[in-house]
Amino acid sequence: MGSSSSNMDHIPDAQHLMQETGFSAAHLVRLYERFDFLDKDDRGELRLDDFEAVSELAMNPIGDRIIRAFFSPGRETVDFPSFVRILAHFRPTDTNRTRNGRNGAQPEPANSRTNKLKFAFQLYDQDRDGKISREELLQVLRAMLEMQVTEEQLQSIAERAIQEADLDLDDTISFDEFKKSLEKVDIEHKMSIRFLE
Amino acid sequence: MAWFTFPADNLLCRCLGISITVWFTLLFVFIIMPAVLGVSFGIRSFYMRTLLKIFEWATLRMELGAKEKNQELYKPYTNGIIAKEPPSSLQQEIQELRGSANSLRSEPEFEMADIFYFCRRGVESIVDDEVTKRFSAQELKSWNLLTRSNYNFRHISLRLTVLWGLGILIRYGVLLPLRVTLAVTGICLLLVLTTLVAFLPNAELRSYLSEKVHLMCYRICVRALTAIITYHNRENKPKNGGICVANHTTPIDVIILANDGCYSLVGQVHGGLMGMVQRAMVKSSSHIWFERSEVKDRHLVAKRLGDHVADKTKQPILVFPEGTCINNTSVMMFKKGSFEIGCTVYPVAIKYDPRFGDAFWNSSKFGMVSYLLRMMSSWAIVCSVWYLPPMNREEGEDAVQFANRVKAAIAAQGGLVDLIWDGGLKRAKVKDVFKEEQQKLYSKVLVGDSEDQMEDKRSEDGTPEGDESSKDPAEGQ
Repeated sequence: MGSSSSNMDHIPDAQHLMQETGFSAAHLVRLYERFDFLDKDDRGELRLDDFEAVSELAMNPIGDRIIRAFFSPGRETVDFPSFVRILAHFRPTDTNRTRNGRNGAQPEPANSRTNKLKFAFQLYDQDRDGKISREELLQVLRAMLEMQVTEEQLQSIAERAIQEADLDLDDTISFDEFKKSLEKVDIEHKMSIRFLE
Repeated sequence: MAWFTFPADNLLCRCLGISITVWFTLLFVFIIMPAVLGVSFGIRSFYMRTLLKIFEWATLRMELGAKEKNQELYKPYTNGIIAKEPPSSLQQEIQELRGSANSLRSEPEFEMADIFYFCRRGVESIVDDEVTKRFSAQELKSWNLLTRSNYNFRHISLRLTVLWGLGILIRYGVLLPLRVTLAVTGICLLLVLTTLVAFLPNAELRSYLSEKVHLMCYRICVRALTAIITYHNRENKPKNGGICVANHTTPIDVIILANDGCYSLVGQVHGGLMGMVQRAMVKSSSHIWFERSEVKDRHLVAKRLGDHVADKTKQPILVFPEGTCINNTSVMMFKKGSFEIGCTVYPVAIKYDPRFGDAFWNSSKFGMVSYLLRMMSSWAIVCSVWYLPPMNREEGEDAVQFANRVKAAIAAQGGLVDLIWDGGLKRAKVKDVFKEEQQKLYSKVLVGDSEDQMEDKRSEDGTPEGDESSKDPAEGQ
């Protein structure tokens, strides 16, 4: 926390980013390196094709949704702070957080359970209207299964999923319903990536 | 004025004349003659040991200096930025995801939570993936006085800066011109001598002399790069009628191998200087050069290679099955073409020591000429070559399995990571078939097909490691 090496000079707003995301200086340097590496044309920001160059991502059925999650709506490039803020969602949840009640002004950290859930919710809810419609659910299922099941099977899977989760029977899944249906899932562990020191 | 400048001019001319003569004499005696005769004075190994001591000192100074100033020293992580969980199958992961949510399941169904698995894998690969990092130069732990390979260089101490400045002077002022002279000499000699040898009527004499000529010129080129090569297990050197396969890091690989033996090279016909060299080489010994259009025709390629190996008087063919330059930390997928021919394969592992100069050619970053200039202005190129025992295709083994076996042997010997990924991913995108595999696996979880679990083992992504789970515990019936 005290001294920072001058490698941090490359990184815009480093101290602020560290506080906001909870990454340490070493992490930021490493992430900046990775950002720089992905940025093939040295533009200082990432484009769609920079993400698409990652082979393991292209193999992922929902790869393009994950990529789009990095881009704020309406923007076509990702700068380093945005890159880090998204990745901050995947930091392991801090076990010694202060409860929100004590200090209401403090915003929830990016890697809280709720924020992780929000990130996953947005993967389903592409039009960002706060609800997962049947059509959106179908799209995700199609992406994950494509030619492996028939259209009828897809429809029936979607139907069952909505029936299970949709508590207020408005034929869509809101964020709270989403949260409720995933109550028992160990999100802290499954949506976390361990960054090495 | 004239009478004042004239003696100075004269003096300058004479000095220049003398120094050039001295220069060339030294060059001739200490470098070219030994290259021609195949002898070594041991100058290069001495040079290498001295350099190592200086590098260690430099790194130490840098660490001390950084401690004094209380700055964080950037240490490159050689094992990646994130801890990857040990690879478990898609099925296991999804079971775990669901198992925490709902342990009693009458039939497998889609769960909203399933997306977490794919999501996490996706973000992990954005942060660190196995493939793209193979296509850029490796990072070093200690500093070798080349700013191009270290982020840490700042004005840490006067001594270090002076040393670095001295290093630049020596590398660009002394070593580079020396090496360029040698390279030019080597290539000219190659062109001239191979053409001369081609005129000889006697075939035996011709092939004997052409061998000597080739070896000599390659030795000069090796000295032009100050390449310090250690050959291991020379008793396994490739013999006539076989194919030599090696891992590919740089075009210099050819020079390194050809320094120790004569090979027939395979490649595309180029224009310009390369084309001239290619044509000259073909005159005195047989190499296989393809026109651009012929490269696509796999049968033609296979036939020409097959004909060549069938002729036992011809030299072994040198092939790099990866198809592209990889950064020498791993071995990528071998293309099966050369393994289908059915002759003996002589695997060779080449490992470069990155402390003296990174030999990897990042063709998207550097063109050929700037790459060669970088090579010639590094300290040295130090590498080890291991000749592995010859391998043959076994009964019931197809070309792909044979290729993987050879690849594993090379990776094991050279201490490289054995990857199944295709080196062509440097330029091309991943084929959709990989995505389909993932979709197939996931659909099995949903539909719950237990008999295809054997198939899952082979189609699992990335890691050739098989998964242990054979029976799905949550599944009824």
